[in-house]
Amino acid sequence: MSLGVGGPAPGSFGTTGRGPRLLSGGGRRATAVSSASTLVVLAAIVVVFLLAPGSAQVRHTFFNPTDMWQAFIGDPKKGYYSVGEAIWLNIRMFLAAEVLILIAALVIALVRLSTSPVAFPFRVLSMIYVDFFRGVPLLLVILAIGFGVPALRLPFVSTQSAAVYGVAALVLSYSAYVSEVYRAGLNSVHLSQVAAARSLGLSQASSLRYVILPQAVRNVVPPLLNDFISLQKDTALVGVLGAIEANEAAQIYSSTVFNYSSYAVAAVLFLILTIPLARFTDRVIARDRSRRLAGSAP
Amino acid sequence: MSAPDGAGPGPGTPPAEGEAIRIEGLHKSFGPNEVLRGIDLSVATHEVICLIGASGSGKSTLLRCLNLLEPIDSGRISLWGQEITGAGVDQNLVRKYVGIVFQSFNLFPHMSVLRNITLAPMKARKLPRAQAEEEARALLTRFGLLDKQYDYPDRLSGGQQQRAAIVRALAMRPQIMLLDEVTSALDPELVAEVLDVIRELAATGMTMLIATHEMGFARDIANRVCFLADGTIVEDAPPSRLFTEPRDERTQKFLRRIVEAGRL
Repeated sequence: MSLGVGGPAPGSFGTTGRGPRLLSGGGRRATAVSSASTLVVLAAIVVVFLLAPGSAQVRHTFFNPTDMWQAFIGDPKKGYYSVGEAIWLNIRMFLAAEVLILIAALVIALVRLSTSPVAFPFRVLSMIYVDFFRGVPLLLVILAIGFGVPALRLPFVSTQSAAVYGVAALVLSYSAYVSEVYRAGLNSVHLSQVAAARSLGLSQASSLRYVILPQAVRNVVPPLLNDFISLQKDTALVGVLGAIEANEAAQIYSSTVFNYSSYAVAAVLFLILTIPLARFTDRVIARDRSRRLAGSAP
Repeated sequence: MSAPDGAGPGPGTPPAEGEAIRIEGLHKSFGPNEVLRGIDLSVATHEVICLIGASGSGKSTLLRCLNLLEPIDSGRISLWGQEITGAGVDQNLVRKYVGIVFQSFNLFPHMSVLRNITLAPMKARKLPRAQAEEEARALLTRFGLLDKQYDYPDRLSGGQQQRAAIVRALAMRPQIMLLDEVTSALDPELVAEVLDVIRELAATGMTMLIATHEMGFARDIANRVCFLADGTIVEDAPPSRLFTEPRDERTQKFLRRIVEAGRL
């Protein structure tokens, strides 16, 4: 080794603890370095924020602790709602929409991938559906459903709350996206798996249920959960129908008190919702990987 | 096999003797590419037939047609005298009689070995789980894989995976086994363990159609060897005759190349 002054002697690669490493962690030293670099970057951002000419004003308007607390707990007598309470409506809308989307999108994907000639008209319909709802902005769908359906003055259907119409619109729109995710997952399962399942005498339904779908869903868990993180945030759009969800409550606060700190509260609450879902996604992927590689007893 | 009440072989009541498979004038094309151009073949129960021939000669396609994985263009296939290529045939019933093992194993990667094997018996033969597992463990013991029952397929060696795939097909208690180049994807040192399994199956009297490139193995195990070329069976003879005095020019040429490659 004549290259490089102070390079490792021949035959001693890695023994000094300074061997060539790419992204792999290097134990305690690497942890220390990464913590330090994180601190420096964060400190730089905070310093820029604090030294900006309008900093004091922005901090007062957006991050005022008193206003944030007031917005969080709400005060109906002063004309604004609690953002902390309103977020529950987002959670309920999200959970209801999620279940319905998972079912509706799967049906749409299966129809689109069906090969039977009898299903041809349904294949065309599902294609039109997906094209339409992926193409129309979600906000317009929410407005159309939320104001259009009540105007029909039908019994029951036209007398639901704004949140119900909001969920219906979210389901209509997101099912189109999620069906495409499913479709990608179903296509990612190799045809030889279908052949193996059918060759054993399994019916088409059993092959789908036990062999194809589990593999397809496993392959698309990350994009699926990604769409659901997006869905959690988009429940905020239902506020345009007058449903008191977190974003709408924050808006009412800001237009009553003329301080935007309520939006910061809403933002923090949405973060508290979405970050655990993201970590959960990571864990699902890691667990599945390790189980398949470990080959442990069930 | 539409098997009306008792008229044909129902599950568990195999006709033990006679002609198991009859193929007549079988044609199969993929688009403009005619892979099978009139195959005629008769296989007796307990007979072991090896299909040899160059890649693309139609060996795999023929086996896939027999398992009804590929719809045929014309001709007919019958099992024990019942046509299985006509309209209104219960494909899933046919497949209970005819097991197939693939070159690339095709185990289900998201299931343990045990679950791979018990799935079809539970869902297609409607066995209760306990019984399906008992049968699966008996087969795994017989083929030396019992200690792998809870492993996922990608933890196994290629040879173990292929043996597990054979066990999976056997768990449906087929009367006929189709083996599609089952050792072609294996490292050379893993081939023997899979061939041993097939020898044991042959010894139990399993009717088998084996597409293979292992000429030595074909010579040992086959009752008859069929040489396929250009989508037809060019020569069909006992191995002692076919490997020593091939009559067709194409067979001679093929075997000469095999010998030159040191495979015979």
